[in-house]
Amino acid sequence: MAGQTIEFKGKTLELDEDGFLQDPDLWDEEIAEFFAKEESIPELTEEHWKVINYIRDYYLQFGIAPMIRKIGKACDMPVKHMYQIFPTGLDKGACRCAGLPKPTGCV
Amino acid sequence: MADMKIEVPRLQRDAFADKQCHRAHADHMETINLPPELVDNWQQRALEKMEQLLGRYRSLRDYLDICVRCGSCADKCPFFLGTGDPKNMPVARAELLRKVYRYYFTAAGWLPDLGRAEPLTEEVLNEWYTYFYQCSECRRCSVFCPYGIDTAEITMAAREIMASIGVANKYITEVLANVYRTGNNIGIPAPAWADNLEFLEDDIQEDTGVDVKMPVDQEGADVLLVPPSADNFVNLDTMMGYGKVFHAAGISWTTATYASEAANFGLFLDFNNMKKVNKRIIDAARRLKVKRIVFGECGHAWRVALYMNTLNGPLDFLEVPNPIHCTEFTLDLLKRGAFKLDKSANDEYVVTYHDPCNIARAGGPLEPPRELIRASCNRFEEMPENTTRINTFCCGGGGGLLSDEHMDVRMAGAKMRAMAVQTTNANYLATMCAICKAQLKKVNTHYKLGVEVEGVHGLFGRALVLNGNQEV
Repeated sequence: MAGQTIEFKGKTLELDEDGFLQDPDLWDEEIAEFFAKEESIPELTEEHWKVINYIRDYYLQFGIAPMIRKIGKACDMPVKHMYQIFPTGLDKGACRCAGLPKPTGCV
Repeated sequence: MADMKIEVPRLQRDAFADKQCHRAHADHMETINLPPELVDNWQQRALEKMEQLLGRYRSLRDYLDICVRCGSCADKCPFFLGTGDPKNMPVARAELLRKVYRYYFTAAGWLPDLGRAEPLTEEVLNEWYTYFYQCSECRRCSVFCPYGIDTAEITMAAREIMASIGVANKYITEVLANVYRTGNNIGIPAPAWADNLEFLEDDIQEDTGVDVKMPVDQEGADVLLVPPSADNFVNLDTMMGYGKVFHAAGISWTTATYASEAANFGLFLDFNNMKKVNKRIIDAARRLKVKRIVFGECGHAWRVALYMNTLNGPLDFLEVPNPIHCTEFTLDLLKRGAFKLDKSANDEYVVTYHDPCNIARAGGPLEPPRELIRASCNRFEEMPENTTRINTFCCGGGGGLLSDEHMDVRMAGAKMRAMAVQTTNANYLATMCAICKAQLKKVNTHYKLGVEVEGVHGLFGRALVLNGNQEV
């Protein structure tokens, strides 16, 4: 399966095979909300945004997603709880909502 | 421990025929010096590549010639046992290449009665892409072949031929492109690598009150540790375990941002990339003026590391032996009395151990990880004998199959390993390969194993008493 191009609120978005945004610069909060629905999150709450914003800021600074334990510490949330609010996982659901490319490697 | 009963599945023709990995992206292919897409004259180019490989590896020609189709391998493969698809029997998988070999390189090509021979058509290429990427190159089949055929080498040859005409999977090629861009599989840039290690230093400090350093690019250190980058990203107990070991033994060490990855995905794809990925570890060791290279808990890294000298040697600027596996390194220190351990730190665990295929079937280490585990905990249980050591069953995610779209194949391939874990009372599944760890975490959820998956050094690090050590 190849990636796809979608039209979203006047923007043309290239997505990879797993639905991740190809160009992180095109990200906005509405895209996060749109992705969230596909990641089994009915509505993004304050807690979700805390995690999403941290991941995104870290990515913009370092060019990679933060370690999960780091997210927990920075957002003051147990890892287990983060997996509850992002049921498809932090590497998939949270990173996708934050507009990051899909994490790869031996993870 | 007694053997586990293994039932041969009912044959389901083409059950997994439509399971393919995502195809490589053109930019990743270009980065790793392969054609971005299927080349125009692909048949001719593929046959030229096959001829080149047959000339280079006498073993490959022998493996293609000498199989008598006895079927000893058939029910040994985790992917056949898990999928029931007859083309996942190693003999049938290899036949996909053998029939083309016979057509072009043996008399069977012009006397069809001599044996099954087929031209390389688009349909055959598609089957190659499907089934050579449902093999994790784990080599369990080779243990049972009476002729000593290493079917993994046939898979590797088929993948190399495909790569040369622009056919490869996204996972392997993206990871290789990451290695050239950042030094590691995950794509962690140097500042983030250092930031992660600092975070772990703080974690150890908070936990133990001891100031354990996790160095980066430290010139003149004695040891260059080359871990899988996943250890500095997800398998954090393992990473902290290495740091505690070096600290307790008083050995100066460093990681290298230029070679912040042990894994060598070239092994899964082609010789040129394997050689290039291997070389950068040696370059880093030379630049940092270290005396030794210690490999972290990574399966196929170790398989390539054994040929480090042959591939890019000589390693004469290093002290012998080289390279060293981290479990052998730590065990040697343990035997020389460098550590004080408190096994009760792991009393909440019943531990079992999964042998990564690329370590167990590449000459070990087999016993050192077990000795370290026994030294770190009070309760250790082995899985059945026909699923451990050289008989180990693949985790189901090795060989470049560890991608989300391949989850059905991965979970099917993991069935035997999951069953073996279920024969124990374990709640801690220790292993020493980052692919195994990532895969087994998913297997744990899928098969409801109820285990925590972490490294040997994770367990060892927990038991290590940091302020009670003696001089070596």
